This record gives sequence, C-alpha cells and structure tokens, in this order.
Amino acid sequence: MSDLVVAVLGKYNYWLYIILMMIGIYAMIAKKNLIKKLVGMNIFQTSIILFYVSIGCKKGGTIPILEHSPGHHMVEPAHYINPLPHVLMLTAIVVSVSTFGVALALALKIYRKHKTLEEDEILMQLRPE
Amino acid sequence: MNHHYPVLIVTLPLLFAFVVSGTAWVKKSLCFPLTVAGMGLSAWFSICLLGQVATTGPVEYRLGGWAMPWGIGYRVDTLNGMVIAVVTVLAFINLIATRKTVVQETPDKTGAFYSLYLLFVVGLTGILVTGDLFNLYVLLEVASLTSYALIGMGNGRAPMSALNYLFLGTLGGCFYLLGVGYLYIMTGSLNMADVATLLPPLFKSSAIVMAFIFCMAGVSIKMAFFPLHMWLPNAYGNAPTAAGSLIAPLMTKVMVYVLIRLMLTIFSVDFVFVILKMGPPMVWMSSLAIAAGAVFALAQKNLKRMLCYIIVSEIGYMMGGAWLGNNAGMTGAVLHIFNDAIMTLCLFLCAGSIYYRTQGLEMERLKGLFRKMPVTMACFVAGALSIIGVPPTCGFFSKWYLISGGLAAGQYAFVAALIFSSLVNAILFFRVIEISYYGDFETHNAHGSSGAAVMESPASMLVPLIIVSTGLVVVGLYTGGIVNHLIHPIVLKAGFSG
Amino acid sequence: MKAIGLIIVVLVGALLLYSTEDFPSWGDPASPASVHVAAHHLKKAIPETSVPNVVTAVLADYRGYDTMFETSVIFCAGLGCFVLLRLFKKRDDDSYYRHVATGITLHIKKDKIPDASSEFERIDTLWTPYDLIVKNVCRILAPFVQLFALYVIAHGHHSPGGGFQGGVILGASVILIAISHDMRTALGRISEKTVHILMAVGVLIYSGIGALCILMGRNFLDYAALSRILFTDKIEARSLGIFGVEVGVGITVMAVMISIYNNLSSEGRQDEGL
Repeated sequence: MSDLVVAVLGKYNYWLYIILMMIGIYAMIAKKNLIKKLVGMNIFQTSIILFYVSIGCKKGGTIPILEHSPGHHMVEPAHYINPLPHVLMLTAIVVSVSTFGVALALALKIYRKHKTLEEDEILMQLRPE
Repeated sequence: MNHHYPVLIVTLPLLFAFVVSGTAWVKKSLCFPLTVAGMGLSAWFSICLLGQVATTGPVEYRLGGWAMPWGIGYRVDTLNGMVIAVVTVLAFINLIATRKTVVQETPDKTGAFYSLYLLFVVGLTGILVTGDLFNLYVLLEVASLTSYALIGMGNGRAPMSALNYLFLGTLGGCFYLLGVGYLYIMTGSLNMADVATLLPPLFKSSAIVMAFIFCMAGVSIKMAFFPLHMWLPNAYGNAPTAAGSLIAPLMTKVMVYVLIRLMLTIFSVDFVFVILKMGPPMVWMSSLAIAAGAVFALAQKNLKRMLCYIIVSEIGYMMGGAWLGNNAGMTGAVLHIFNDAIMTLCLFLCAGSIYYRTQGLEMERLKGLFRKMPVTMACFVAGALSIIGVPPTCGFFSKWYLISGGLAAGQYAFVAALIFSSLVNAILFFRVIEISYYGDFETHNAHGSSGAAVMESPASMLVPLIIVSTGLVVVGLYTGGIVNHLIHPIVLKAGFSG
Repeated sequence: MKAIGLIIVVLVGALLLYSTEDFPSWGDPASPASVHVAAHHLKKAIPETSVPNVVTAVLADYRGYDTMFETSVIFCAGLGCFVLLRLFKKRDDDSYYRHVATGITLHIKKDKIPDASSEFERIDTLWTPYDLIVKNVCRILAPFVQLFALYVIAHGHHSPGGGFQGGVILGASVILIAISHDMRTALGRISEKTVHILMAVGVLIYSGIGALCILMGRNFLDYAALSRILFTDKIEARSLGIFGVEVGVGITVMAVMISIYNNLSSEGRQDEGL
C-alpha cells in the first residue's frame, strides 16, 4: 500500500493533468450548450499544456535565462529547467487561442441564424430541412 | 537552388497567402492571379522535387541551418514526394476550375478565401515534408483551422457542421499532441529519425504503447475512420463548392499518409505488427468502415452527401491496406492515396460544375443532365468507373493490390468488404447515371431554376475537369512505373514479412 | 449521452493512469526529456546565438520554423473570424444620438439620420453610460500600455517576453479604447483596412526574413546569412534576426487581436459593439 502512495505522490502532476483532461472531455461529450462545450474543449487543451510544462520541471532548477557574461560559457543543464516544453507550449497555447477564436466566431454565426446555442434546439430547427 | 525545393514548396504559397490577403484591400482583381502564381510555383517545385527524389534518393533540408535533432529538419523520400506532388497539382487544378463558383458563392470575400486556400495547402504540404513530430502538429492545426473557416463559410447548416468538425478535429489534434508528449517524455527528442533510433529499447514500455494509441486515435479522428466519421459528411457536404472540392480529396488522404509515416518510420513494422499485433483487429474495423460507408451512401438523396459517404468507405480501403501488414497491402494503400485523391477530385469537380448551373444536388434535379451538360457528365462517368474499379482507370489497380494483399494475409472479410463496396458503388453510380440519362428535364422544373438556364459549364471548369478525368486513365496505365519506382523502395525497406 | 460520456471518460482516464507507471517522477533532472535535446540547447544557446533567454533562443531560432507557422495560425484565426462573421451590409435599424451640449439622448428613425455634425454624437443601441473618468483614464493609460508592450517585445532576449506577449498587450491597448469609448472611436484610430494589412505585413516580415536568408545563400531562416548586410559576426546576426522576427510576430498578433475583437463584439458589422 505504501508503495502505491509513494508512486502516486511522486507522480501527482500526471494524476492532476489526467483528472483535468477527463473533466474537459466529459464536458465536451455530455454538455448540450455549445459554449459549455467550448469551455470543456479549453480545459482539455489546458490539461495537455500542463502536462508538457510539468515535463520541463527539474527539482532545484531555475528559469532558463542564463548569465550573459563574456568568457563564462559553461552551463550546467541540471541547474536550469527544461526550455523545450515551454517553447512547444507557447505554440500550443497560440493554437488553442486561435481555435477558440474561430470556434466563437462559428458559434456567433450559429446564434445569428438560430437564436439559440442549445445543441438540441438547433438540431430541432435543422431537422425539417 | 536544387536543395531548397522542399522548403520552397511550403513557403512560397505561404508568402503568397499573406500577399494575397494584403492585396485584397488594395486591388481585388489581383488576388486570383497571385494565388495561381503561388500555387503554380509550388506545384512545379513539387514535381521537380519528386523527380529529384526518384533519381537521387531521399532529400534532407535543415531549417535555420541546425543539425537534425537540435533543430527542425525536412526529409523527403519517394512516399511523401509522391503525395506532395499529387496534393499541390490537384490543388492547382481545383483552383483554376472553381474560380467561377468562388465568385458566385462568396463574392465580397474572395481575397480572404484565396488566402485561406493557400494556407490550407501550406498546411498539407508542411505535414507531408516535415521530419519533426511537433512541426507536424503545428501544420496539422494550420490545415485544420483553415478548413474550419473554409467550411463554415457555406450557407445553411455549414456553421453547425463546421463547429462539430472543430470539436472533433481539436480532440484529434490534441490526442496527437498528447502522443507526441509521451514520445518526448520517454525519448527526449522530437525528430522522427532520432525518435525512431531511440525507441526500440523502450518497446515494452506501456507509455510507448499509449503514445502509439493516442497518435493513432488522433489521426483516425482527423481522417474520419469509421466510428469517428460523424463529422465528415456534414462538413464536406455543406462546404462552399471550391472549399469542398479542395478539402474532401486532400485532407483525409494526407492523414492516411501521416498514419503510414508513423507506422513505417517512427514506430517500425516490428512494433506495430509483431509486438502489439494490432493488424487483424484494425483490418476488421476497416472492413466494417468500408461496408458501413457503402450502406450509408445508398441512403443518401443528395449527390454530394453520397460522395462524402463514399470517402468514408475509401478511408476504410486505405486503412485496411495499411494494417494488413504485408507488401501488397501497403503498396495498395499508398497507391490508393494517390488514385483516390484524383478520382475524388474528379467527382467533386463534376458535382461543383452541376451545382454551378442547377444550384442544387438532390437526385431529382439531375434528371436529363446528360443532354444539358454532356462533358461534365462524361467526366462524371469516368470518375464513377474509377471508383467502382473498372480496368483501364487507376481505381482498378489499387483495388487489385488491396485484394491480393487481403488474400495473402488471409483476411477474407476485408476482401469481401472490398467486393461488396465495389458492387454498391456500381449500383450507386448507375442509379445517378440512369437518372441523369433517362430522366426528362423539362417535366421537373418545380425547383425554381428555369430549364433554359441550365447548360454546359464554362470552359474554365470543363478543361480542368477533362484533364483530371484523362489523368485517371493515364495514371492507371502508368501504375507499373509508379509502383516500381516510387512505392516499392519505401515499402520493401520497411521490412514486412510477406 | 451523459452515461456514455462518463464511461468513455473513466476508461480513457484509467488507461492514462496505467501508462504513467513508466514515466520518470516529477522534477527528475535525469529524465530523458531533460538530458537529450534540451540540454544541448541550454549549453549552446549563448555560444551559438548570444541570447541569454534560452526559451527565446529555442523559440525563434532552433525551432523558429515552428514559430513562423504559429504566427500563421494566428493569422488564419484572424482571417477565419473575418470570413465567418463580417457582414458588409449596413445596419438598417434606428439609431441613437446624444446632443453633446445637453447630454440628452435622442432616438432617431432610420430614414431621418442626421448628417455628421459636432452637435450630435452617435451612441450605441445597447446604451453605454457616458463616463468622463473612465474615458479619460483609459485614453491617458493607452500610450503607457503601448510603451510597456514595446518593452516586452524588445526585451524578450533577456527576460520573459517576446513578440506574442508584447503583441497581445499592444492589441489590448486598442481594445481598451474600444471598450471605454466605443468601437467607432477605435476604428477611427486604426481602421479595418490598416488592421488587415498589418496582419499580413507582420507575418510577411517573418517569412520574408526567412526567404532573405535563402537569397543570401544559406538555408531558410538561417539568420547567420544576414551577417553580411547587418555588418556583424554570424552569432550576433542570429540575435538580431531573432529580434526582427519578434517584431513581425508582435505586429501580426496585435492586428489579429484587434480584428478578432472587432468582429466578435460587433457580430461582424464593425459599427457598434461592446
């Protein structure tokens, strides 16, 4: 039992991201309101960003901004946290913001036409066509 | 100049996309010529690149001058060289053919439309040439985001279908990103070749298995593999004509390429077929996809929606071929990417040409069209024969490889599904052809479009259409060359047992 | 649907949890992710690019090609919102005007709208209060916000920051004007046409620098090629090249933020909104 506790505590970052991700997916599947679905999608994307950022963490590391003194070029990587996941997540954040913008535009266009954002009501309106 | 081809194919349309979007606010009439120039250069360079790759072997390109695992690199072999050539050339043809429909359907936003058009092609070509897992994700999102916008531009149900596509597409993209994250956490690298060398000692790890499953799940959603196909018919069916005939033939095929690339280059054949033994269940799923796509297509009353369900079934062909796990199956899958892109474009262009005149694609509107639009309908017949798989057309040859692969692997259900779907396709298309040949046009004019106005489409639509439909036969006749020079070098190197 | 969702979620979650057993534990400096590629970047960032902020060095140089497409994604989003929402029809409802001298609000029928004059000021249909303090504070604050944004863009080499962050702050300064005054004031400062051209110009700067590197005889985005026209050594040229692309990113991000705000808040009419 204590092994399990150690395993969970040593990797609780992964547990947290998985829980967040499941909340997001559940909202995307179960909610009927389009905006709620969008929020679920955002939670889902954010959980992946957290996952990546937690990969980059190092115990005892500081932010990856180095001393810029001439002649001092020996850098010990273990002292700085990993910059690569941060770079990747900058890109992923931008992608998720862009997707969210386009999704809101689509939702607004749907609202303009159907005067509602509830998915079942929209489908009711579309059915007779 | 020669060694810059891979990057020029991607960045020239990109540069032109920005110029087009800026020019739209200054002088609208320049947008179309600029788009043609950007697309044409990209298509020309991709043909040059294919020639170069076929004669001198794989090409690598270091972006920013950084060596491979540290920076982003491009790597082009005959597999992606071939798919790039077909993607850029078809996008170019579609651009020319749909000029009139763009003016008809989105008159005040043509500049933005063409800019998105180019960016979509940039996304696809970028996915194809890249040798970096994360770069693939970014370009996947470029392609997806532009396709959501292009589809959402349509009328009626289009925004709702685009939003559904966006939800599922984002889910797919994020699953792929998660898979890449798992690969990164276990190997510390993002370069495809580097990851492939670091992976074999980790094959037993559950994290790598999950990475594989998530990458596959993500790509399957994006390509609309059967149980995950719900978004496709609505999205492609309701898109504006030009966007539909651009996205429908190309997007799904590129995703099949990504799947094959992941299987062959990154996770190796050993891992996928020997360690995981994922082959047989996936072939069963594919057979189901083929059958289901065919049955759903039978139920459709709208020509374009029928074509969309045929795409779902064609995805099953390629997935099944790739998962058969032998040389013939994989050859068939790759060849079918090539052929299916051409024949789907042919059919969608025909549908676009009909829609341009009739403003509707319900079956009863097609009555008597053979007399009104003989050239369009002749091309439609060519495309239909190719989908069914009648010999001189290219569709026959890829189906032949797929069937022989299925027989070699002992997957009789897959072979049966292929034959079943060919029969259903025959029924589907002969129904359409019968309606349009024997139906009487004048008596069915209650839809508002006056009979006299319906006539053959303008030459700017017909010439590309004729080129594509002759291409079907020409590619069919050169199948032997394509298979021996372009596909076999890749497939035989992958190390299948059969 | 809810039950199905719950089942899917629990299954996927269990699978994911199962797969964490092979992961390195949190914060382990010896994990594969920390020792392979990233360690190389940390060691080589200053000798190869002379940028002390390693995130900036990796973002704009080692993986600068990703960042170019990241900017293109932003551009696509701006264009996508425009294409989906923009309506070129004028709104044909009644309008509301305020008599400037007395502050009285007038409701004017659509066919009797007065010509532009200094006595009347158009206000939004969904009435927004006329607040002297809020308007003036925001107007005075905007230039300082913009100055800070320029600092964030320019100082990305040495501190957290860069084109994306600075661009968003720049865009926010214009959006602040639009919120505190109204959309027509903001559009008067920076028109829709300008926004769209700036959107394209920003990404063109980025990809243009990349293409310039090809013309100067090296690979795409290899800033070292620029040393000949910048009159510096190759390493310093990389640092300057990074700055050039950050400026491009900043311009595009600013323009896209403004464009998305304008289109979303006015439902594509770009006359009145939030």
